[in-house]
Amino acid sequence: MAESTVHQSRSRDLDKLLLRPGNLVAPTFEPGAQLRDDLQEYARILVVGAGGLGCELLKDLALSGFKNLEVIDMDRIEVTNLNRQFLFRLEDVGKPKAEVAAKRVMERVSGVNIVPHFCRIEDKDIDFYKDFIIIVLGLDSVEARSYINAVACGFLEYDSDDKPIEETVKPMVDGGTEGFKGHARVIIPGSTPCFECIIWLFPPQVKFPLCTLAETPRTAAHCIEYAHLIKWDEVHSGKTFDPDDPEHMKWVYTEAVKRAELFGIQGVTYSLTQGVVKNIIPAIASTNAIVSAVCTLETLKLVSGCSKTLSNYLTCVEFFLILLYFGISSCPSGCGNHNCLLQYTIHVTESDGIMLTIEMYNGMEGLHIKVTEFVKDKDCLACGPGVLLELDTSVTLQKFIDMLEEHPKLLLSKASVRYRAMNLYMQAPQVLEEMTRSNLNLPLFELMGKVPKDIVHVTGTTSRDDKKTSCLRKLRLVFKGADAVTDQDMAVGA
Amino acid sequence: MIGLQRAPYVVILVKMAEEWAKAHGGALPSTRDEKEEFKELLKAGMVTMDEDNYEEAITYSSKVFASQGISSDLLQLIHDSCSEVDSNSSDFWVMVAALKSVEMMLLGLHHDWIDKLLVDFRETEIGQICFSVQLESVRHVLLYEFIVNEGGGEAPLEGSIPDMASSTELYVNLQKIYLEKAEADFLVLQQRVKSILKRIGRDPDSISKAMIKSFCKNARKLKVCRYRLVEDEFSNPAASYLQKYLSDEEYSVAMGFYILLRAVDRFAANYNSFPGQFEGELDEDISRLKTVVVGLLNDLGCNGSTVTEDLINEMCRFGASELHAVAAFIGGIASQEVIKLITKQFVPMVGTFIFNGIDHKSQLLTL
Repeated sequence: MAESTVHQSRSRDLDKLLLRPGNLVAPTFEPGAQLRDDLQEYARILVVGAGGLGCELLKDLALSGFKNLEVIDMDRIEVTNLNRQFLFRLEDVGKPKAEVAAKRVMERVSGVNIVPHFCRIEDKDIDFYKDFIIIVLGLDSVEARSYINAVACGFLEYDSDDKPIEETVKPMVDGGTEGFKGHARVIIPGSTPCFECIIWLFPPQVKFPLCTLAETPRTAAHCIEYAHLIKWDEVHSGKTFDPDDPEHMKWVYTEAVKRAELFGIQGVTYSLTQGVVKNIIPAIASTNAIVSAVCTLETLKLVSGCSKTLSNYLTCVEFFLILLYFGISSCPSGCGNHNCLLQYTIHVTESDGIMLTIEMYNGMEGLHIKVTEFVKDKDCLACGPGVLLELDTSVTLQKFIDMLEEHPKLLLSKASVRYRAMNLYMQAPQVLEEMTRSNLNLPLFELMGKVPKDIVHVTGTTSRDDKKTSCLRKLRLVFKGADAVTDQDMAVGA
Repeated sequence: MIGLQRAPYVVILVKMAEEWAKAHGGALPSTRDEKEEFKELLKAGMVTMDEDNYEEAITYSSKVFASQGISSDLLQLIHDSCSEVDSNSSDFWVMVAALKSVEMMLLGLHHDWIDKLLVDFRETEIGQICFSVQLESVRHVLLYEFIVNEGGGEAPLEGSIPDMASSTELYVNLQKIYLEKAEADFLVLQQRVKSILKRIGRDPDSISKAMIKSFCKNARKLKVCRYRLVEDEFSNPAASYLQKYLSDEEYSVAMGFYILLRAVDRFAANYNSFPGQFEGELDEDISRLKTVVVGLLNDLGCNGSTVTEDLINEMCRFGASELHAVAAFIGGIASQEVIKLITKQFVPMVGTFIFNGIDHKSQLLTL
């Protein structure tokens, strides 16, 4: 006896969007089973971060038709993560986030494959990032975003008409949250502004000037940071302060109290001490859910074209640079909150570049969702054509590396140099350093096969806001007199 | 300007503003040029190049030009009909009523300013009416009228100040001054609350000190959220709003989806399936859905308005599908609101939120 049950496809809901044509879709949209199958088989997505956003992203992407995911995170699970990083349990504390997250999602969603990477983003070769169709970011720092942005934009090349070459474009979807607030944005290097183009939007991180800490403290936080940053070294010279060691924390608290008493300042508590020293920003599960959901939707739309995306909704005709003063009058604490992107206004102007649209979410005062548009910086260090350097053909690799430290736009120390698929010089690990050391005395021109001009990528450390961060830059090198040399060679050859 | 080298920027701004006002007949900088000039004066006051407090003064000089008085939100609040309290009124409205009556006392105006006000108003209608009355009551009436009509007056001081570049001693002193004024404002309000409670027949101590303090602290952020029953909104959404939203470019897609979501429900009731649910019937469903939409708009009192073809087609294309990401988003928003309500923090959402995952012109609709 035959059963007449209709087999419900797991993909029933997604199929409506992927298999059916529509009017509000991307211009390149080709509906059909092929699209759905390609999404599953060929689309590889990298999720950077396996924390609050990362867990949500992995779940959302796995349930949105993507079967090949990878996740990278250098942290281990802590007890304080458990209120929102829902893939983790108490018994997982201490284990690497990326590995546990991958395992849990694979247990729940059959057919999905997630490769975890328990390491720093800088530890991966640049080529690692090349294989992904989209990189989705669930990060919690400006530095990390800046680095990944530089890597993704580093792949970008321009043709002779200054148009981005499509195959070299590596889109990113970036999400961020803080308390009740969050944002999601789509970055298409070469078209929309990249992270570096609009990095000025971020207000500088709260840093207390040393003289305030040392001489004129006014707030409880100043007293705490005095104990943490100044007094600790004076008393425990050599020993590193460990914020997770309760004895260390207690010591800082006691010293902070003493200092506060000395200056008549109120408000030093143990809990504030922890908050200031660890830079704790409260995290709410629902905000992460919301922002990740938007990021996932955008990723789905970007890869499949099944609907218009944040980045290309407006047609060329309708371009305006709009930044509405998003919610500042409704920011409850009078916007003493220095961590919101809401503080800036830009004037309304016209532009002929494609704009970045950011969806910003503010859940504190009622509910505000605003889409704002920005313009790419054509001289951007990350997504522009790259800093131009003119060099003599005689310049050695060592001299080139030294130059990078002094160059005003770069200020890059301990540089490693990569040309096409070759490591010309690597500062680390030791094995590679030894292998490439001999290149240092050779002319860079020769190492690059005597091309008159080409692109190299350099990685190293630079200083941002008095903090050392990893940095990657794309450089356009032009060798002076090189054309003449090759002509000569040809003449000789003939 | 000697003596201000280590002073917090607030002090610098107040002194500079006073000097300006003296030289400009009591007015503060208002035109763009005047504001620039004011900033230049600040710069001129710097002795060395890197005085943080002067730099902060320049950065925050806009506080001097900002319009004074209470916000329109607060003004609306004190004019709300609920602020006419009786024995049934809630503690919140009793405190609002106290705020209203106390506004005049919190102006903190100098006497010569009041006299100037009296002189200016003597020729006006208000002045004529009041001039025959006792001086003190004149002050009260005039000030009240001024505050209520002109929007002057200030809400009770919150008391806390942000960090500012300054010597410790001056900063701590400034903090004390603000805290004292906040305490004084609180005491005034507390007094008024007690007397209103007595007047309406309640125990004058029935609103706690902590509650009144909290009210004062948050006076600048007070908000009243009024909600319609879901049933009311469903059976009787405000037609004028519907029409307005449908014709406004920013709102039309969100509003269109609102209509469509309701039309889809109606469709399902009529046809026992959702539009676009089954492959073969897509085209038919589009025209059926369109008919339902027109009928619905009629019933809602919006015969002239339309929902675009594109949206109707898209709705059928969706075929009642549920994408995980959209569900996660809505779930996140809803739980966000629950958290706010349970923890009694921040401001809950008022209205109907329509998520638009296409171009993200999602909107909060008041219907």
